Amino acid sequence: MSRLKLSGIAKHFGAIQALQGVSLEVAPGEVLGLMGDNGAGKSTLVKIIAGNFPPSSGTIRIDDKPVHFHRPVDAQDEGIEVVYQDLALCDNLTAASNVFLGREAMRRVGPVRIIDYPAMNRRAGELFRQLKSETRPRDLVRKMSGGQRQAVAIARTLLAEPKIVLMDEPTAAISVRQVAEVLDLIRRLRDRGISVILISHRMPDVFAVADRIAVLRRGDLVANKRTDASSPEEVTGLITGAIELA
Amino acid sequence: MTTIDDVISRSEHRNIVSRITGLPVFWVFLAAVLACLSLTLLTDTFATSRNLFNVTRNFAFVAIIAIGMTAVIASGGIDLSVGSTVVLTAMVISVLMSGGMSFALAAALALGAALAVGFVNGILIAYVGMPPFVVTLGMLSAARSLAMVLSNNKMIWEFGPDHQLLLWIGGGSSFGLPHPVFALLALGIVMSLVFRWTRWGQYVFAIGGNEQAATLTGIPVKRQKVTIYMFSAFTAGIVGILMTGWLGSVTTNLGQSMELAVIAAAVIGGANLAGGEGTALGAVVGALLIEVIRNSLILLGISTFWQGMFIGTFIIVAVAFDRLRSRRT
Ligand SMILES: Nc1ncnc2c1ncn2[C@@H]1O[C@H](COP(=O)(O)OP(=O)(O)OP(=O)(O)O)[C@@H](O)[C@H]1O
Ligand SMILES: [Mg+2]
Repeated sequence: MSRLKLSGIAKHFGAIQALQGVSLEVAPGEVLGLMGDNGAGKSTLVKIIAGNFPPSSGTIRIDDKPVHFHRPVDAQDEGIEVVYQDLALCDNLTAASNVFLGREAMRRVGPVRIIDYPAMNRRAGELFRQLKSETRPRDLVRKMSGGQRQAVAIARTLLAEPKIVLMDEPTAAISVRQVAEVLDLIRRLRDRGISVILISHRMPDVFAVADRIAVLRRGDLVANKRTDASSPEEVTGLITGAIELA
Repeated sequence: MTTIDDVISRSEHRNIVSRITGLPVFWVFLAAVLACLSLTLLTDTFATSRNLFNVTRNFAFVAIIAIGMTAVIASGGIDLSVGSTVVLTAMVISVLMSGGMSFALAAALALGAALAVGFVNGILIAYVGMPPFVVTLGMLSAARSLAMVLSNNKMIWEFGPDHQLLLWIGGGSSFGLPHPVFALLALGIVMSLVFRWTRWGQYVFAIGGNEQAATLTGIPVKRQKVTIYMFSAFTAGIVGILMTGWLGSVTTNLGQSMELAVIAAAVIGGANLAGGEGTALGAVVGALLIEVIRNSLILLGISTFWQGMFIGTFIIVAVAFDRLRSRRT
C-alpha cells in the first residue's frame, strides 16, 4: 500500500513550467528526502500536496483513494500537515496557543464558549514529551531556541493524528545542535508510522534521516532511489545535472 | 553576567508583588496616582468633587475608545477615524432625535452608522489590501464631512421627546459616578475577558503577532479584521452618543483630534504599534494618565495650546520605551 501516490503531476504558472510529469510514491512511516536546486520545483510540489493550489494536471492518491484539494483544509482533512519554511508561528503567543492556533480547545461556561487553556497546555505538554523536547507549553515562543520552535511547529502537525507531514527546509538557518534535535523529531514521527517528506538543501541531514531520496531538476523528477543505494556525490551530480538520470 | 532579563524572569517566579511591579501598566498607574497626589497638594481645585467628576467622565470617553483602539493596534493596525466616527454618530442621533425619533431607535441607527464606518474601513483594509493608515486617514476626513452634510453644519441642541432621557444617559450620574464610567466599566470587564478567553480575542493577537502564520493555520484573517475595525468604530459610536447627552448640544468639531489622545492612551497602556500586544486594562490606565495630565495643565494655569505638545510627546516617548524594551529581548 502507498500512503501517498502522485501520478504525472505537472504545474505551470503562466509560461513558467514549474513541474512536469512527476510520479512518486511514499509508504507509511517512510521518510522521503526531496532535493533540488533553487527553483527546481520543490516548494511547488509540497504546496500542491498541501492543497495550496491544484496541479495543472496529474492525480494525487492517499491510501489508493484519488483526492482533489481545493483549499489547505481539504488536505488537512485527509491527514496532511505542513511545517512551513518560515515555521509560521506567532512569537507573542505561548507554545500551547501556537500548537492549537486556529483549532483552539473550547469549553462551555454557561451560555458562552471560552478557550480551554488547561486542556491545551496539558495536550501540548504531552506532545512535547512524545517528541522528547524540552519545550514548556506556557512559554512564549519569542523566548525559544530554534530547536524548540521546530518542536512547536511539529507538535502542531501531530494534533490531528496526521498521515503525512511535509517539511519545507526545517533545518535551514538553525544551529548544528538544533539540527540534530529536528532530525530526532523527524525520526519520532516516522516511528509513529507517519510519512515525512523532507525538503532540504543540506545533504548530511537528508542522508541522516531519509529512507529514500528524490531529486527534482527544473521541474523533472530525475531520481527516486533508496538512500543506502545512493551517495552524496551522486545526488550532487543529479541536482546540478552532471548526472542526467538515476 | 546578569542581564536585566535574567532579573525579570527570575522575579517572575518569585511572588505576586514583584510580578505586579514587572507590569508596565503598574508604573503608568503609579504615575497617574502620583500626579493626582501632587495636584491635590499643589492646587485646591483638583480634589474638588466637581473637578474629579469632570476628570472621571472625560477620561471615560477616551478610555472607552482606547479599548477599541487596543484591539486594532494589537492586531497590527491603526484606526485614525475614531474621532470622526464620534461626531458622525453624534450627528446621526441628534438629527434623528430632533426629528422626533425615540432615543432607543435613534441610538441603534447611530450605532449602525458607526458600524458601517468600521465595516468600510475593514473591507478596504482586509479585502482590498490597503494600508490601515491610509484607509482610516481618508475615513477621518470623509466621516467628519458626512457629519457636516448631515447637520448642514448647524448646532443641534433640541432632541425631541426623549430630550431629557438623552441628557440623563450621557450627562447624569448614579451612585455618585457619571454614567459614561458605567459604560467604561462594563466594556472594560467584558473586553478583558474577550481578549483573554475567546477565539476572537486570541485571533486579534495571532494576527498582530504573525499575520501570515494566522492565515496559514486557517484563521479567517480577513473576516476577523473587518470585525476588529467594526469594534473600534462601535466604541467610538458609544462615545458619540454619550457625549451628545453630556454636552446637550452637538457641533461638527466634536471629537476633533481625539484619535491622538486615544492612540496615546492605548500605547501608554502597553499596546504595541507593531502588533501582538495590548490589554483593556492598560488602555484604561493609559487614558487615566493622559486625562490627569491634561487636567493638571488647565488647573496649573498652563495654556491649553500645550496639550497637543503633551499628547504628541507622550506617543513618541511611549513608542521609544517600547523600542527599548523589545531590543532587550
Ligand atoms: N506562485 C507562483 N507564480 C509564478 N511562478 C512561481 C510561483 N511559485 C513558484 N514559481 C516558480 O516555479 C519555479 C519553482 O519554484 P519553487 O518555489 O517550487 O522552487 P524550490 O525548489 O522550492 O526552490 P527553493 O530551493 O529556492 O525554495 C520557480 O521558477 C518559481 O519562480
Ligand atoms: Mg522552496
